[in-house]
Amino acid sequence: DTSLAKQKTDIKTEPSTDGFGNNNANDGRVLSASPGSGSSTGSNKQTAAVTPEDQQTLLAVLQFLKKNKLIESVEILRREAGLPENSLDPKATESAGAGSGGAAAVAEDQPDVRVVLSAYSQQGDPTLYEVYYSDLKKFIETVLDCHRAELSQVFYPLFVHMYLELVYNNHESEAKAFFEKFSGDQECYYEEDLRVLSGLTKKEHMRGNETLLDFRTSKFVLRISRDSYQLLKRHLQERQNNQIWNIIQEHLYIDIFDGMPRSKSQIDAMSGSLAGEAKREANKTKVYYGLLKEPEIELPLDDEDEEAENEEGKPKKKKPKKDSMGSKSKKQDPNAPSQNRIPLPELKDSDKLDKIMYMKEATKRIRLGSDNLPSVCFYTFLNAYQGLTAVDFTDDSSLIAGGFADSTVRVWSVTPKKLRKVKSAADLNLIDKESDDVLERIMDEKTASESKIMYGHSGPVYGISFSPDRNYLLSSSEDGTVRLWSLLTFTCLVAYKGHNYPVWDTQFSPYGYYFVSGGHDRVARLWATDHYQPLRIFSGHLADITCTRFHPNSNYVATGSSDRTIRVWDVLSGNCVRIFTGHKGPIHSLAFSPNGKFLASGATDGRVLLWDIGHGLMMGELKGHTDTIYSLRFSRDGEILASGSMDNTVRLWDVMKAFDDLETDDFTAATGHIHLQDNSQELLLGTYTTKSTPVIHLHFTRRNLLLAAGAFNP
Amino acid sequence: MSAMAEERRQKHCSVVLPTESMKAMAESVGVGQLQEDSCVALSEEVSYRIKEIAQDALKFMHHGKRRKLTTSDIDNALKLKNVEPLYGFQSQEFIPFRFASGGGRELHFYEEKEVDLSDIINTPLPRVPLDVSLKAHWLSIEGMQPAIPENPPPATKEQQKVESTEPLKVVKPGQEEEGTIQGKGQGTTTPDGKGQCLEKGLIRLKPRSTHELSVEQQLYYKEITEACVGSCEAKRAEALQSIATDPGLYQMLPRFSTFISEGVRVNVVQNNLALLIYLMRMVKALMDNPTLYLEKYLHELIPAVVTCIVSKQLCLRPDVDNHWALRDFAARLMAQSCKTFSTTTNNIQSRITKTFTKSWLDDKTQWTTRYGCIAGLAELGPDVIKTLIIPRLAIEGARIKAVMEGPVISNIDKIGAEHVQSLLLKHCASVIAKLRSPPDNVEQYRTEYGYLGPMLCSHVMKARTQAALQAQQVNRTTLTITQPRPTLSVSQSGLSGSSGPRTPSIIKVPSSLTLMSPRPGTPSQPSPPATKYIVMATSAGAASTQQVILAQSLSHILDLHIGMIMCQI
Repeated sequence: DTSLAKQKTDIKTEPSTDGFGNNNANDGRVLSASPGSGSSTGSNKQTAAVTPEDQQTLLAVLQFLKKNKLIESVEILRREAGLPENSLDPKATESAGAGSGGAAAVAEDQPDVRVVLSAYSQQGDPTLYEVYYSDLKKFIETVLDCHRAELSQVFYPLFVHMYLELVYNNHESEAKAFFEKFSGDQECYYEEDLRVLSGLTKKEHMRGNETLLDFRTSKFVLRISRDSYQLLKRHLQERQNNQIWNIIQEHLYIDIFDGMPRSKSQIDAMSGSLAGEAKREANKTKVYYGLLKEPEIELPLDDEDEEAENEEGKPKKKKPKKDSMGSKSKKQDPNAPSQNRIPLPELKDSDKLDKIMYMKEATKRIRLGSDNLPSVCFYTFLNAYQGLTAVDFTDDSSLIAGGFADSTVRVWSVTPKKLRKVKSAADLNLIDKESDDVLERIMDEKTASESKIMYGHSGPVYGISFSPDRNYLLSSSEDGTVRLWSLLTFTCLVAYKGHNYPVWDTQFSPYGYYFVSGGHDRVARLWATDHYQPLRIFSGHLADITCTRFHPNSNYVATGSSDRTIRVWDVLSGNCVRIFTGHKGPIHSLAFSPNGKFLASGATDGRVLLWDIGHGLMMGELKGHTDTIYSLRFSRDGEILASGSMDNTVRLWDVMKAFDDLETDDFTAATGHIHLQDNSQELLLGTYTTKSTPVIHLHFTRRNLLLAAGAFNP
Repeated sequence: MSAMAEERRQKHCSVVLPTESMKAMAESVGVGQLQEDSCVALSEEVSYRIKEIAQDALKFMHHGKRRKLTTSDIDNALKLKNVEPLYGFQSQEFIPFRFASGGGRELHFYEEKEVDLSDIINTPLPRVPLDVSLKAHWLSIEGMQPAIPENPPPATKEQQKVESTEPLKVVKPGQEEEGTIQGKGQGTTTPDGKGQCLEKGLIRLKPRSTHELSVEQQLYYKEITEACVGSCEAKRAEALQSIATDPGLYQMLPRFSTFISEGVRVNVVQNNLALLIYLMRMVKALMDNPTLYLEKYLHELIPAVVTCIVSKQLCLRPDVDNHWALRDFAARLMAQSCKTFSTTTNNIQSRITKTFTKSWLDDKTQWTTRYGCIAGLAELGPDVIKTLIIPRLAIEGARIKAVMEGPVISNIDKIGAEHVQSLLLKHCASVIAKLRSPPDNVEQYRTEYGYLGPMLCSHVMKARTQAALQAQQVNRTTLTITQPRPTLSVSQSGLSGSSGPRTPSIIKVPSSLTLMSPRPGTPSQPSPPATKYIVMATSAGAASTQQVILAQSLSHILDLHIGMIMCQI
């Protein structure tokens, strides 16, 4: 295993040390977005005018990049910004002297923030802000209908930046008046942010306010058609409205496209995130979404099994199914990554046995569809006293684990097979190691029980995940650690420290060994179980990472965040390869389809969105839930999507229909401007209400029985 | 909508802690004179920080998968900011602040009681809370949600109501919302019901509602009805429990209703008292089930119940069998259904009252029917007693006197008269006690109420002493009451109207009564102060009353059993 990790670390040097992530998380927050925007090519608009403030910001970014040895990015940024080679040197040497240690870096980090903030220091007459804004408003209200929706997008970012400028320059009362006058015009899905903004009335508040820093450091991205943009530009130039023009130049990134302006519904579908839409380039990278080739395992055909099938009288059905499965695994998917793109652990004998079990079970799988719905078995946690925070099932559905607010982790066996610990070392010595049933003999029969409790965390347990081989369990907690537990001894093996802030979610890779975690510190980390430091740090989200999921081929990781975006990261390079915007609230659940092509996401806004990973497109919107969706799961064949929500319901959706119904042509694929149909009602196959139990986890068994779990909430 | 949003938002931004709060807080930590400017600056800063912490705390609530923000969320949010959390500030349920106002100031404060350590040591340990456990059930079976107690009722009362009152509109709003599949599962609409219904809606035909029962339902129906009228009491109790609590019964309701009404019809003719009692208990169980919409079946149930109240003969040997208990029980059922189902359109209560009064006034009415009519009226509440029964006490007294003191005509008449007499005394005494003021003069009573006067007088006096006793208890205990439990009092008030030992009646277990949904009492029955039950729940002195009640209901059970044994002999 160690060789694997070495091989892996050889592929690319660590993008960042652990020390960076921990000691000055603030630094990471401030500038984390900059490498992303800096390294993306073709941001040609930026070079227009480099004001002194801008230059300072750029310098800060360069300095940061250099500190973290991102040489190439430094080069690109310098070239793009047109900065001379030596521009960085005086400052860089200065900082190299000061910022060698972590603590010094924090101190040195302060000026950077000030630099960032000072971009607001340009003075304008505070009383004229309202005039500027309403002038623009009037203009946009009078333009042709086709342009109005597009141009209306600038309202929100403009409003926020103008408000912040007023606050920064200590025009408190004007700021308040401005806010009260125009906050009502903003789209309702920004309400959450406006609430944060409304609390912010003083310059002092701005320092250390994350929302603000996000807003400043990451350019708000708008997609506007060329015609609309020209219209806006002409208007602002005619009116000599420099104040607004400056803001647009500095704080907004306008992604101009040629073609038809988008409609209001198209815009609304994609907007809502903290920093606007994703740039088109952000979703252009090729993603190998195909599945890895399954290793060839001889499936021993028991005669008993065969007979049993014959008795049931369905021998015909079985044969073609097996063929299709066989052909699937033999053909190489053109979209699949190469088998060893990410080094994966070798299969052990026990894994092979499990694979065989899996294939056997798969032959008995029920084909689901709109006329053949799965049965739902609900596991209710009783007497949890509002304390159940996370649930996971093993893939074979034999164990269920719960994380609780009282910092305990509990495991139950849901089969008659009880949970047993391994015998003590002294007792293990007495065992005949050559015997065939040694694995059975090492277990201590006296410890058999239906459930086990594991203590170790010092805060609520928010994420929990079984390893695919069922030997380990991961749990992430408010205390900032991710813990690895052995399910043979029911003790903690490792506490992975690094996040320092609450870790909201963690998940094992489908092939084991690797796992991903994400939390309040806005970075997701990729770990290997035998390394105490992360292998990759995925940085770019502007707010808490609320959920993390591995792609079925283990080459990609998806993260959902409170900044209302979903990002897909390449495990190999650590780069962000997809950004999906469209949710209007923090994302709390993600699910990859079994074929790896699609991603489903659920958020506090009660909507499920479907994404095509390959094309980077939104595929559908499923409306129906009335509260946060905490759990999503595709059926084993990917025909049905189950969603579980705080509104005490489990809903089943016909996602095959959703994918088939979507009309995509070359244009929409190229621009990403899809027309979503509002057909949630047709796609909703069933709604099952519990008495008073929020649904926080869902799982399809290998035979396509849906298991759901939640705590009864009297 | 946007206007509303705007309104809300303006609320957000204007919320700032009042400067007085700052002063109060400063005073509490020993800073006496705080400048107004500092107060303003402080309050702005503090408001901002509080908002910030609240926003962070919200994150913890979301990840804790809860809808309620708890104190631990605030603690965790403080920890995020590297601020020491507020230790020891725990509360499970509600925010532990108390509100006080006075002198124009309003204050929320955290009450910290002084606790005597020895008290804590000496009090017995509370029960260990139950451990977390897992329970599995079928939320859905191949797309259909099984109607088991673990699942919510398949059709809510509102849906059942809509179905029965607006049969033309078959696509029920709730169902439509929940998709076609659930409709499939309910069996009332065929899988392609939506389309059909729409077509029929166009030609305005009332669709024939089918009541197909699944095999399981048929089996259940058979088991339940057999158990309800069978000989095994344990099984019956279980069956009645099932009827009273199971959420998925509404499809079988028409069957149950017919079963009861036919059962009563047949068994009245055959004078089978035991079966009539069982059927009435079924009615009671149906009424107790909160998920059933019974209104649709009252036309079958009410005649059955009324039959059990006023029928001339209910048992084979009227001189020995305790058919009075059945009449009492049925009368109470009737009163309960009047209370729950009577509306201005169906006028159940007035129609029932008329029926009872008419046959009571008839001279030829038998004593048994007479008893039933009076019981039925009396159960409707003190107002009915006051206006309809008390004015007739003298006439009725004379009639009783004629039987009691006159030449013995038949033993049965005598027993009947005795029962009517005790019934009248029992119901009227408490009402008269409230109508008249003491002192109670026997002669006055005699002139006013005739033959029954002297007996009434002694009963009234007894009632007064009892009331005084209760009032005393209430006075003693109200001080300790912090949280009255209205659910108990409202739902029980109607049935606890009369005090004093009842004549034999059928099982009345207090706890089961809470299943009734609390409804405002009808104007004819101002709910009497339900103090007794508050006391029951809160004070130690009440334990005895509770026991008394329990003992009383136990004796009722005994009575019933005796009655049943007697019937069976």
